[in-house]
Amino acid sequence: MARTRRQVAHPYIPNSVAKTKEEMLDEIGVSDVSELFSGIPNELRFKGVLNLPKPLLSEYILRRHVEGLLSKNKSCKEYLNFLGAGCWQHYVPAVCDEISSRAEFLTAYVGDTYSDLGKYQALFEFQSMMGELVGMDVVSAPTYDWASACSSSLLMAARITGRSQVLIPRVVNPEKLWHMRNFFRSTVDIEVVEYDHETGQLDLEDLEKKISSKTAAVYFENPSYLGFIETHAAEISRIAHAHGALSVVGVDPTSLGILAPPSEYGADIVCGEAQPLGVHMNYGGGLCGFIASRDEEQYVAEYPTFLISIAPTRRAGEFGFGWCTHERTSFYKRERATDFTGTTQCLWGISAAVYLALLGPQGLRDLGESIMERSHYAMKVISEIDGVKAPMFSSVVFKEFVVNFDAAGKSVRDINKGLLRHKIHGGKDITREFPELGNSALYCVTEIHTKEDIDRLASALKEVLK
Amino acid sequence: MRNERSLLKQNYHAAAWNEPIIMQMGRKGERGILVPEAEEEIKEVVGDVLSRIPTDLRRTEPPKLPEISQPQVVRHFLRLSQMCLGTDLNIDIGQGTCTMKYSPKVNEYLARLPDISELHPLQDEETVQGILEIIYKFAGFLSEISGMDKFTFQPGGGAQAIYTNACIIRAYHAARGESQRDEIITTLFSHPADAATPATAGFKVITLMPDENGYPDLEALKAAVSKRTAGMMITNPEDTGIYNPRVREYVDIVHEAGGLCSYDQANANGILGICRAKEAGFDMCHFNLHKTFSSPHGCSGPGCGAVGVRDYLEKFLPVPVVEFDGEKYHIVYERPFSIGKVRSFLGNIPVVLRAYAWVMSLGPDGIRDVAEVSVINNNYLAKKLSQVSGIGMSYPKAKCRLDQIRYSWEQLRRETGVGTEDVRRRVVDFGVQSYFESHHPWVVPEPFTPEPTETYSKDDIDEYAEILRYISQEAYVSPDTVKNAPHKSTITRIDERILNDPKKWAMTWRAYLNKRHSWDSQGQ
Repeated sequence: MARTRRQVAHPYIPNSVAKTKEEMLDEIGVSDVSELFSGIPNELRFKGVLNLPKPLLSEYILRRHVEGLLSKNKSCKEYLNFLGAGCWQHYVPAVCDEISSRAEFLTAYVGDTYSDLGKYQALFEFQSMMGELVGMDVVSAPTYDWASACSSSLLMAARITGRSQVLIPRVVNPEKLWHMRNFFRSTVDIEVVEYDHETGQLDLEDLEKKISSKTAAVYFENPSYLGFIETHAAEISRIAHAHGALSVVGVDPTSLGILAPPSEYGADIVCGEAQPLGVHMNYGGGLCGFIASRDEEQYVAEYPTFLISIAPTRRAGEFGFGWCTHERTSFYKRERATDFTGTTQCLWGISAAVYLALLGPQGLRDLGESIMERSHYAMKVISEIDGVKAPMFSSVVFKEFVVNFDAAGKSVRDINKGLLRHKIHGGKDITREFPELGNSALYCVTEIHTKEDIDRLASALKEVLK
Repeated sequence: MRNERSLLKQNYHAAAWNEPIIMQMGRKGERGILVPEAEEEIKEVVGDVLSRIPTDLRRTEPPKLPEISQPQVVRHFLRLSQMCLGTDLNIDIGQGTCTMKYSPKVNEYLARLPDISELHPLQDEETVQGILEIIYKFAGFLSEISGMDKFTFQPGGGAQAIYTNACIIRAYHAARGESQRDEIITTLFSHPADAATPATAGFKVITLMPDENGYPDLEALKAAVSKRTAGMMITNPEDTGIYNPRVREYVDIVHEAGGLCSYDQANANGILGICRAKEAGFDMCHFNLHKTFSSPHGCSGPGCGAVGVRDYLEKFLPVPVVEFDGEKYHIVYERPFSIGKVRSFLGNIPVVLRAYAWVMSLGPDGIRDVAEVSVINNNYLAKKLSQVSGIGMSYPKAKCRLDQIRYSWEQLRRETGVGTEDVRRRVVDFGVQSYFESHHPWVVPEPFTPEPTETYSKDDIDEYAEILRYISQEAYVSPDTVKNAPHKSTITRIDERILNDPKKWAMTWRAYLNKRHSWDSQGQ
């Protein structure tokens, strides 16, 4: 081999020590490592040396290099952030970081109950506490994200009902709709239900018009993608049930200390996003979906995900855990499985369990109230600015709301560029997603926004719109 | 000195805290953390916001979450963590196909800096130039390592990456007006996701069985291809560790039939820098950054299945993609042929960051060391295990075993009644992780599949081999000890029947409370 060999052992590779390598090759009975690759035909070999950067062998220099790159970012710690839309900035308790950083959890994978009991129990506790929030007896282990949980939930509904159409509100994250379109292919049709442009509420007349004996499920979110509370939740479920369809509800769990659990307004399947429960946004890497339902055999059989069940052991008073109906999953059934599962976002399920244990029932209620107070305050001070309408819809808002700038004389794009100069990430530009809403942005306010932060946003907006 | 030390941790015992379920803990009124209350001025301005919620949508009963003070929450979860055997704590050679390797601490430190953890995925691209540069450059590294032209990091794991490739195959044929191509060919020893995810994408799946030497049956492939062939999705080396030297022939057959070939590189650890997807003729591939590229597995995610394609498939990649114009990095959504989304936003980017730092710490020689040392380790372990009674190697005639090997305890089971499930529970008593047997169906009887990646030392491997040797000996002398294992674990044997019994299973505490009476004698 023509390349020059590094003489120093690599800190991550103990057997890169030349003498050790020789000893091991001796034991194997070959004289050179190349003999171990002799089964790879020459024409398939990569010739030469990979064109990769020279290694930064000292940890210090590596760290300086990566920190240098990262420092070009303007994070939501450095700038004030009002972006939400599927990934939300909440306070992450130090305890959540402590637990999710534990090497025991961080570096475990698919070990069994007898070596990884703590992982199973923590995830069972995640399922248990999420079950209390949504009012359901079955909750899945974490899925990839809300979008995948939603698509899988709707396919479950299609299989349970034997029908092939789902009704989706127009007011849904377009990225989610994109995910569904790809996931459903031609097996399930998506029909979009319109909304009332004054209130944002799902148009019940349109729903009645579109629902039929083909409809497997009616999906809606509470709060909706555009932040308001869907008032006619029970009525939507009733209409779905009247036509033999399932009611599938998507939730932001931070609202469930103050909002009724979907089980109370007729949901058959619930899905949602656990990222706001003690997980950093991580540039979108903090997402962690879940699916929940009643504890019926027919429903459990249709879950594509892992489900952890509690189980007794040989010793009285001792709990164990295991995978419920593991043979249902794609790991056994291969192409005959319902859809598929694999490596998802389990570490964040553990963080969410820690978060819910810390908050407790009162904390969750306080959280909901604090968020609502702040978002309502933000709408008030923003709407006092000339040319700004907040919220755009008349319905009650939870933590996100549409701000309309039609009368402000500047595009959302320009306003957001202007806000960046004030070190503020403005709300998500939704002018292309919802052209009928004009020049609008989706703002998110949570418990992290102090009065001072919100006032700073208002005065920056005033400056920008001057 | 080393020789004087026993290789076995005879006195090991796992932490056995017998922790209550968190739902049983705490007392009414205890608080684990307080939420920032809105300022008085805010409250004055907005008034009673909760009263604005329509009555029937208000929560009337608080959720039955536990009420626990902070020290007890910390203690509980720390104890749970102690009963979880991460790779950092053990010689995690047993979980083959999972590529359990050391995840460098410095990379974890970097991934938790606010400059990435506190980024919102919809931030203006001007404000994320640093992370976009990392994404873009790392895609370049993978292009070099695989020979593919363009990568996406959107898939959150290996299965989702394989699904993405199945969607790209579907879109490719649709764009050519060949939607009748609705069959995907895979092999039995490829990951089950190579069968499951194309089925989710709408394909009929044909599985090639192994021939007598463990290679996918070439004649069966020739018989399977037709005008309906959309593509082939396979691993190589397969989960048996066998590298198929005739892979190019397989690829050519599928190409000639008009199909695409997708390379599941879950088992790439032993071939990094040695051979690439491109030279074997593949059109697309994926790498598991949470395995091969050292990002930690996190109890099963967050991971990243990095999907790479040749230039003629670029336009089908999920949106958005990251581009560079020579000055600035851009997040591009305008891609009319894209399959759309497989996951929200750009994927698990902190995983990409760790993988980037890992490659930067190795360079081209280091990457090759990873492959060479992991293959040396594997063959060294094979040598050690060849001296253990009761172990057989699957397909012994297949010479080229790279990153891992599927072994069989069939002989041990025949001679002692002790099978792989028993040994799997028994290894736990020596402080190592329960091992991975095989995906299903078990073509190799009584299987297990160790994968001694490059981060295990010779001593580690010696210790692991000694554990298996000891247990084998034990099986011949006192088989019940093995059959009744574990003995030094966190818990005793669970009653697994409950996991498949609708009357007894319980995925939540509330379900357990409803069903515990049916746990009869075991009821707690």
